[in-house]
Amino acid sequence: MIAYMVRRILLALLTIWMITILSFIIIQLPPGDFVDTYANTMSAGGTGITQAEKDALREQYGINQPMYVQYLKWMGLIMQGNFGMAIEWGRPVLDVIGDRLMLTIVISLAAIVFTWALALPIGIYSAVKRYSFLDYLFTFVGFIGLAIPGFMLALIVMYVGFSYFGSNIGGLFSADYAEAPWSMEKVWDLIQHLPVPAIVLGVSGTAQMIRIMRSNLLDELRKPYVMTARARGLAESRVIMKYPVRVALNPFISTIGYLLPYVVSGSIIVSMVLSLPTVGPLLLKSLVAQDMFLAGTIVLLLGVLTVIGTLISDLLLMWVDPRIRLGRQ
Amino acid sequence: MTKDNHPLLSVRNLKTYFFQDEGTVKAVDGASFDVFPGKTLGIVGESGCGKSVTAQSILRIVDAPGKIVEGTITLTRANGNQVELTQLQPDSQEMRDIRGAEIGLVFQEPMTSFSPVHTVGDQITEAIQLHMNVTKLEARKRGIEALRSVGIPKPERRIDEYAFELSGGLRQRAMIAVALSCSPRLLIADEPTTALDVTTQAQILDLLRTLQQQNQMAIMLITHNLGVVAEMCDDVVVMYLGRVVEQGTVDDIFHSSKHPYTKALLSSIPSIEMESRVKLPTITGSIPHPYARPAGCPFYPRCERFMEGVCDKQEPTLLAVSDKQKVSCFLYQK
Repeated sequence: MIAYMVRRILLALLTIWMITILSFIIIQLPPGDFVDTYANTMSAGGTGITQAEKDALREQYGINQPMYVQYLKWMGLIMQGNFGMAIEWGRPVLDVIGDRLMLTIVISLAAIVFTWALALPIGIYSAVKRYSFLDYLFTFVGFIGLAIPGFMLALIVMYVGFSYFGSNIGGLFSADYAEAPWSMEKVWDLIQHLPVPAIVLGVSGTAQMIRIMRSNLLDELRKPYVMTARARGLAESRVIMKYPVRVALNPFISTIGYLLPYVVSGSIIVSMVLSLPTVGPLLLKSLVAQDMFLAGTIVLLLGVLTVIGTLISDLLLMWVDPRIRLGRQ
Repeated sequence: MTKDNHPLLSVRNLKTYFFQDEGTVKAVDGASFDVFPGKTLGIVGESGCGKSVTAQSILRIVDAPGKIVEGTITLTRANGNQVELTQLQPDSQEMRDIRGAEIGLVFQEPMTSFSPVHTVGDQITEAIQLHMNVTKLEARKRGIEALRSVGIPKPERRIDEYAFELSGGLRQRAMIAVALSCSPRLLIADEPTTALDVTTQAQILDLLRTLQQQNQMAIMLITHNLGVVAEMCDDVVVMYLGRVVEQGTVDDIFHSSKHPYTKALLSSIPSIEMESRVKLPTITGSIPHPYARPAGCPFYPRCERFMEGVCDKQEPTLLAVSDKQKVSCFLYQK
């Protein structure tokens, strides 16, 4: 078991290293570099930029060196905990991300709590009372939720909020608090703004999870161990909750791995539409601007989180499922 | 004993149907039989003849869309009261008190009859705590005792293991231990030895017999293995497509069977005296599709003694041919 864990951790480190190379290559792939984009923006704004100025900028940021040198330099910086400067922002990358990271985590956690709190009970109900009126209703509503793209839902919610309630429900703070330092009032303001993005972000996940929970549980309900539990004289609710639900939850633990990067990046398009100050829009912006330190750091962060998330879910699964822990397929 | 003449469980005209979109499956269609204390009743028949659904009906754990539509199941409880099980709600307190405590169930699949993520001990002490007013520690002690009584070595260690860590034979023993942990007066064993090899099979059957003698428990043994029936049972019920076609003592069934179906079943058992390399007699045809059940006697399309105009027109009823033997066939009805 310890050998297994050590092997998993070593493999995870190797994967992370591969991810650094991949993310570096990916952000270098589009033609041109940050300076080109910057020059284009400047000339579009009327103030041109000379070739000499361009070269000076390239020299300054080290973009004119061969790729592997850039990569090694980047890795060297990361090893020292320095993720470079966000060129467009003129601030260290960690500063720029750090601001938004906490808010992203808050929103994503709210969305996940919303999803699980709604999806699991509905999924269980739908499986136990299969083909009942409510099961059909949840299926119908669920498919609608699955079919509507998140950004569309965000637009509709904003439109309705604006035209019927006269309030702008985008963003995470009221105008008064957006730039204010943290205080109890600001936290309360945040909490009041949370439900809309959490629900919009959580809807399709909820619909999906209801379906998964329902079909997982339906599979388990047919197994003989459910009948033998009933034959022991347990109350029906206890039979269901203790045995098949417990087994049907296991697959969800393996999805925790994918939740972690999602928690950090959030949904990019929905966040743009709702103008949420999260990491997602930041990633998009940095890619458009070819701000390679910022984009590279975010891509790397997502990759690392995926690896860590997968590792965590594997270990969790080993903990909760004796079949895996005791090495039986 | 005079008590022996009074059945512990009495099933009359039981009908359990499954209502599906494609049609109604009459899984059990008018089964009647009695189970006596200290005796073993064998229920035999091919796959799909309604044996298991009969067992589930008695425990009231038939899965939807199955429903008991007619008939009575009368159980004499430990205090002497008679309860009509079909009148109870499946999830009612009284029904749950009977399940596990008075009627134990052993299932045919020892592999999947235990939850894969709970220990054997968890499931055995759960039953004990539910039906007996004991502490957790006491329940665990009794659980270990129950495992020991079914011949599981090192029960104090096995109790904390998971079902998949046990061998097939041990798993089935553990299953029996769970079913017997609250000393039920009736044990329903649904193909208890089907998934096991012959040696283990013999051990399990021996075990059941020993335990039966110890506490005068009644056993309802559901099987398609006539060898097991001959070895274990006092009385036999032969079922075909949800109906009882013949019933009698084990001697009646094996030595003077009446129904063509019973005869055909018996003749398809390989015998050690038989000439080798000769094809075993089989019952021609196959079991009709549950939605396309023949009119009249359900067995007539496969019957060697089919009488046109009689068997395919009317339904035979179960009538006595001797003191203890009953058969449902026009050959014996005047």
